[in-house]
Amino acid sequence: MARIPSFSKPQITEILHAGRPIAFSLGIVIVLSSLVIGILGQNVLEVYRILVLSAFGSLDDFGYVLFNATPLIFTGLAVTIGFKCGLFNIGCEGQLYAGGFAAVWVGFHFNFPAIILIPLCFFAAMTAGAGWAAIAGILKAKFGVHEVINTIMMNFIAIALTSYLVTEVYQEAGQMIPHTPQIYETAHLPRISAFIGLLSKSNPLNVMFLLAIVAALSCQFFLKRTQYGYELRLVGDAPDVATYGGINVGTVTVWTMMLSGAIASLAGVWDVMGYRYRFLDNFSPGFGYTGIAAALLGRNHPYGVCLAAILFGALNKGALDVDILLNVPRELFLIIQAVLIICLASIQIKWQSGTLGKTV
Amino acid sequence: MYSFPHNPTVVLLYKVELRASGIGTEVLTIIFELIPRTIRMSTPLVLAGLGGVYSERSGVVNIALEGIMLISAFGYVIGTSASGSAWAGLVIGIGFGTAIALVHAIASISFRADQIVSGVAINFLAIGITEFLNRKATSPRVEGLTQWNLPLIGSYSCLVYLTLLLMVGSHVFLFKTPWGLRLRAAGESTEALNMLGLSRARWQYIGVMASGVLAGLGGCFLASEAHYFTKGITAGRGYVALAAVIFGNWTPYKTAAACLLFGFANALQLESRWQIPSQLLQCLPYLLTMVVLVGVIGKSKPPASLGK
Repeated sequence: MARIPSFSKPQITEILHAGRPIAFSLGIVIVLSSLVIGILGQNVLEVYRILVLSAFGSLDDFGYVLFNATPLIFTGLAVTIGFKCGLFNIGCEGQLYAGGFAAVWVGFHFNFPAIILIPLCFFAAMTAGAGWAAIAGILKAKFGVHEVINTIMMNFIAIALTSYLVTEVYQEAGQMIPHTPQIYETAHLPRISAFIGLLSKSNPLNVMFLLAIVAALSCQFFLKRTQYGYELRLVGDAPDVATYGGINVGTVTVWTMMLSGAIASLAGVWDVMGYRYRFLDNFSPGFGYTGIAAALLGRNHPYGVCLAAILFGALNKGALDVDILLNVPRELFLIIQAVLIICLASIQIKWQSGTLGKTV
Repeated sequence: MYSFPHNPTVVLLYKVELRASGIGTEVLTIIFELIPRTIRMSTPLVLAGLGGVYSERSGVVNIALEGIMLISAFGYVIGTSASGSAWAGLVIGIGFGTAIALVHAIASISFRADQIVSGVAINFLAIGITEFLNRKATSPRVEGLTQWNLPLIGSYSCLVYLTLLLMVGSHVFLFKTPWGLRLRAAGESTEALNMLGLSRARWQYIGVMASGVLAGLGGCFLASEAHYFTKGITAGRGYVALAAVIFGNWTPYKTAAACLLFGFANALQLESRWQIPSQLLQCLPYLLTMVVLVGVIGKSKPPASLGK
């Protein structure tokens, strides 16, 4: 007789327990946005119908959703890795700018075959992202400066510096738009529609999405199954115990920030090598910040982050269509995101880390 | 973004320079132009910084200063353009700031949410609300607050003078009155107030709401000087003010002094005589913030129960 796989009772309680704050927060957000839509004088059900149809109406639509979700998976994972170590990396935005610029710089300078150029671009981007994040990590480990203010300051600096480089140094000649020249064709990442005929040729979903899924799987493996992942979590949960156990908390802090920055930089690579093929000044609409929401909604679990990112991707796509069709401002999405974070943080999510938020 | 009416001292110096056009006078001119600029740039920082002192002294980390300033700047502009009076705008701006500070207070005090996460979310909320309500790049032009012109000192917004009063008043309130003692006790110990039969949560609410009013004033000042609202008008000033609070060891006077330093860095940004690209000058206050924090950590002592 075949055994039916089943959850044990404690497991079911655990899942239900984890789901409650999320369901509650989502409920509040739905009520609140319905109210706003109602006040704007729109039919609430019609708005939700268009929202859902726009995101999941066809395979092509869903391709767009996954396309939107890709950078959020990277930044969400980056924030999650930080949280697990008790670090709040608000600097993903800066790190993805640093990474994106490094990738584009390599991409338009070296005319190498794809097999060399693509790894080289990735290497440059991840090094830049890790290096940018390492500054905040070192300042924390060496001097005890809380990473929150430093990472925010470095976001401003990264955006200003790349803006300088794009507009003053590498601006494409004869162009009004502040962007760099295109990267070489060999550095373009292929679109999924090239392999799967079901997606239309114009669908921008690219292989970075597959990489994002691989990144989530690797993060989970790294955190749960490797010694470094264990040390990282121990530093986050109980730094004193970690020190007692012979772990150098400072070193783990710096490495974690670097890992987090490297993952965040891939969101920049997604834009530069997978979508625009060049670096546009100020290209990110806040992927780094939405990543924080994705990490919180995904309850700091790599798989949860993927689901949350897809939800945000769907909201983003749906909000755009609702804006165009019914004139409900898509900025509502920003408010939803913020309210979601406040609710999730308020209903006592069990933090993976006991050290978060004590020293600013 | 700002208009800088000439300081009488500067005008005088220009006249002197016409006669003795030496390099020395040119340096003096730059200095005398930079001083009023520094004062104008520091004022919103000082206001937000004072707000930060109240909130953090009561034990609540307030990274939401940025969002409070942003939404108040917005409130000032819509209030002024709707009513035609800058004073009404000021009241509405402060109202907006206090309202969003209340959300932070409810989340982090009553619901015991992580204060940093809640603060960051408040900042997103402020961005979301302002962009939702104002979808254009800039708002229509509105009038600013009354400028008071004093002989030899120059012409400044009345808020500049109010800020000085608030700075002194905050010092007196926090360190010379029993209420100030209670507010500080809320930040030093989780138990002390409750043992006295007083509510710790109430004093924390007062601290956060005070930061809403003060950072709100700061936001109104920004909008009043710029005469309109733009996306990103605060440009990280709330975070810089928070760094000034740490640098200023959580005291009003030292925080204000730190804000003057950051305000000076902001003022240099508008210096067009040097051939330095604007984006690089923009980084100056942020870099300075990071450097200052490294130098000060360990020497400045946060309230014992901050964040708990």
